[in-house]
Amino acid sequence: MAVSITLKKGLDLKISGKPEKIFAGDIDPAFYGVKPVDFPGLIPKICVKPGDRVSAGSSLFYNKMNTVIQFTSPVSGVVREVVRGDRRKLLEIVVEKKGNDFAEFEKISTENLNRETVREHLLKSGLWPAIRQRPYHIVANPDETPKSVFISGFDTSPLAPDYNFISYNSNGSFFRTGIAAIATLTEGRVNLVLNGKEQPPEILNGLRGVEVSYFSGPHPAGNVGVHIHHIDPVNKGEKVWCVNFQDVYAIGRLFEEGVYRPERIVALTGSEVLNPQYYRMLSGGSVAPMLNGNMKNGDLRYISGNVLTGSRIEPDGYLGYYDSQVTVIPEGNYHEFFGWASPGFRKFSFTKTFASALFPRKEYRFDTNYHGGERAFVITGHYEKVLPMDIYPMHLLKAILVEDIERMENLGIYEVAEEDFALCEFICPSKIEIQSIIRKGIDLMIREMN
Amino acid sequence: MNSLRKTLDKLKPHFTKGGKLSKLQSVFEGFESFMFVPDKVTGMGSHVRDPIDMKRTMIVVVVALLPALLFGAYNTGLQHFKAIGIETGILQNFWFGFLKILPLIIVSYVVGLGIEFTAAQIRGHEINEGFLVTGLLIPLVMPVDVPLWMLALATAFAVIIGKEIFGGSGMNILNPALTARAFLFFSYPGWMTGDKVWIAGLAKGQQVVDGFSGATPMALSAAYETERLPSFIEMFIGTIPGSVGETSTIAILLGALVLILTGIGSWKIMLGVFGGALGIGLLFNLIAVNPYMELPVYYHFVMGGFAFGAVFMATDPVSAAQTETGKWIYGLLIGGFSVIFRVLNPAYPEGVMLAILLMNVFAPLIDHYVIQANIRKRLKRAMVAMNN
Repeated sequence: MAVSITLKKGLDLKISGKPEKIFAGDIDPAFYGVKPVDFPGLIPKICVKPGDRVSAGSSLFYNKMNTVIQFTSPVSGVVREVVRGDRRKLLEIVVEKKGNDFAEFEKISTENLNRETVREHLLKSGLWPAIRQRPYHIVANPDETPKSVFISGFDTSPLAPDYNFISYNSNGSFFRTGIAAIATLTEGRVNLVLNGKEQPPEILNGLRGVEVSYFSGPHPAGNVGVHIHHIDPVNKGEKVWCVNFQDVYAIGRLFEEGVYRPERIVALTGSEVLNPQYYRMLSGGSVAPMLNGNMKNGDLRYISGNVLTGSRIEPDGYLGYYDSQVTVIPEGNYHEFFGWASPGFRKFSFTKTFASALFPRKEYRFDTNYHGGERAFVITGHYEKVLPMDIYPMHLLKAILVEDIERMENLGIYEVAEEDFALCEFICPSKIEIQSIIRKGIDLMIREMN
Repeated sequence: MNSLRKTLDKLKPHFTKGGKLSKLQSVFEGFESFMFVPDKVTGMGSHVRDPIDMKRTMIVVVVALLPALLFGAYNTGLQHFKAIGIETGILQNFWFGFLKILPLIIVSYVVGLGIEFTAAQIRGHEINEGFLVTGLLIPLVMPVDVPLWMLALATAFAVIIGKEIFGGSGMNILNPALTARAFLFFSYPGWMTGDKVWIAGLAKGQQVVDGFSGATPMALSAAYETERLPSFIEMFIGTIPGSVGETSTIAILLGALVLILTGIGSWKIMLGVFGGALGIGLLFNLIAVNPYMELPVYYHFVMGGFAFGAVFMATDPVSAAQTETGKWIYGLLIGGFSVIFRVLNPAYPEGVMLAILLMNVFAPLIDHYVIQANIRKRLKRAMVAMNN
């Protein structure tokens, strides 16, 4: 029986710059960057130096705490630069693309897939980090077996790419093989969650071994954390794994073609993009070719991912490991004269305290201004309206702030990730850094539990 | 605007660390951010933020208070001239009341903001906006003739003891405006009860026309003289003696509408308070052993500070219950206790203030039980999973 759940809580930002369903072509950047900071909690150990030759699928760094987990280069070429930040924190490893060598992996047909070979292949090729676990929303531990696996088949975040469009432009056979490979990793079910409001995509034809559920409602109805919470919630000691939709294709390709080729169809979005549309490129590729000549003028913020959870990049920065969207919005570094008192025809707000509430259909140009100063928690009951989970957000946040482990556990820290709280952060009138607090709580749990 | 911005930019270095006036940094920042929303941009986490901030939130509540304030000014004049037997027009009434209320508002804001600024400076924090609302609430729950020094003392007490010692806006346990009223209520009861204090001029011994009493509906009811009550419609409109802003139920409902439509005030608490009063009131109607108990239950809604308390005091998010289920319980209990205090305790004619303060204290306990239920549910789920 397919589960069908309609969520009421949440919020769709009325933000302009939605991508048109146009496939603008393949992009072949000269530079690629792999960013250890894409993986929260990771302590990377680098294994290349500038000048080294690498092939697609050969290791750049690995997890110091679990050395079997490799992070590999998406292309063949030469390591150009190792970028470090404060206290020598490893930020980026830049590879200049040269040639077309692939580290070769054995092709395995669907019938011969088993847990051991799948695990080995994923670890060696650099695709293992595509599998993340709940609790904590970090790269899964390959020595564990999850009670189930979740794949979200749609994205509700602001200006998100349309997965139906992506699957239409991708190789369905890879997806089927990917699902078969992932299914070997769990004794439980593989859950594919689709948008209940749309026609199911074609990939479903002939797809076996998955449990399909339907979710509908405003963002974050597409978040995998929300799906897990409603279908198979994580209790203390349990593990649930999740894989991004497009990584399923990459995993399938690894077994069908024996190569690591993390292809993504990426939506270029945002109000400052002249032609927001879709491109095909590899994970880690430079976004510069896509942005070139396609931007409006002004002081801009470039984001790999969406405006709520994405990471800030330079205009010649690199697509994040888990991202299939690039967003460009204006910076908000201006002083607004009596801004808090303005009627606010051009300001989208969750509350109906601005004149924009009179025009529910309009789309707005969002910028990066804070619109106020940080305060203590004052207003109550707002976070709950955008968090479709049976969790008391403010009390969980307060438990994290006072580092009360037992209370965090009791209030559901195992079930959440920062992305689930991104909307709470957006609407917070006290301008509290909620996603950072959640990650801090998760880091604390990881430290205390190991 | 631009020249103002330039002046601020020029002055700013003096107020930052190492500058001549760095001791006044919070004050400067307070004024600067009041005039200009800061140019701070997002860093970690979400790249975009809702345009709402504390200033906007508080100003919405101030706007919601305006109908009650304006009507309060009119009614102050109306009651005064009625008492001394002079026929006047709407504008004259309003102007008289306005001049009476203005000093109260000024004193409340000057004293309260002065303390807030000092506290922010001591802590090195930005200035909290909470007092924008509290500073207007305090005059609205006072008798119009309250001496200004008394008001100043009450405001100082409310801000320091009621709020700042707990850590400022967001940390307080009791509603600061009600703390101010309760302070005067117990310290200077002669100025907070009786028939004279509610109408401008009477306490200072001005002559009244024959037959005019000045008693509030609360006092009449407590004395079981319910047959002398003004009509329901009079009390609903608010042309009756009482605290400055509490008399007009219709003006307060307009404010409630603003709070609910904008999503700033909790309709659950408001409805809860009315529901709780309705329940207990009907119960009293059934018992009906004295005239107060026989009073139709909907009279409670329009008498005294009930509506004002339900809409503006009980909904203060900091001192109220913080969970959604908790808000229902909290509201119902406030409503219920208000009527119980009114009817069963003639020593305190108005029960709403005490009911809200009492429930402020119990709000964390209510939340505790609501959250425990959530925790138990989670533990039970884990146990079931373990046994499978």
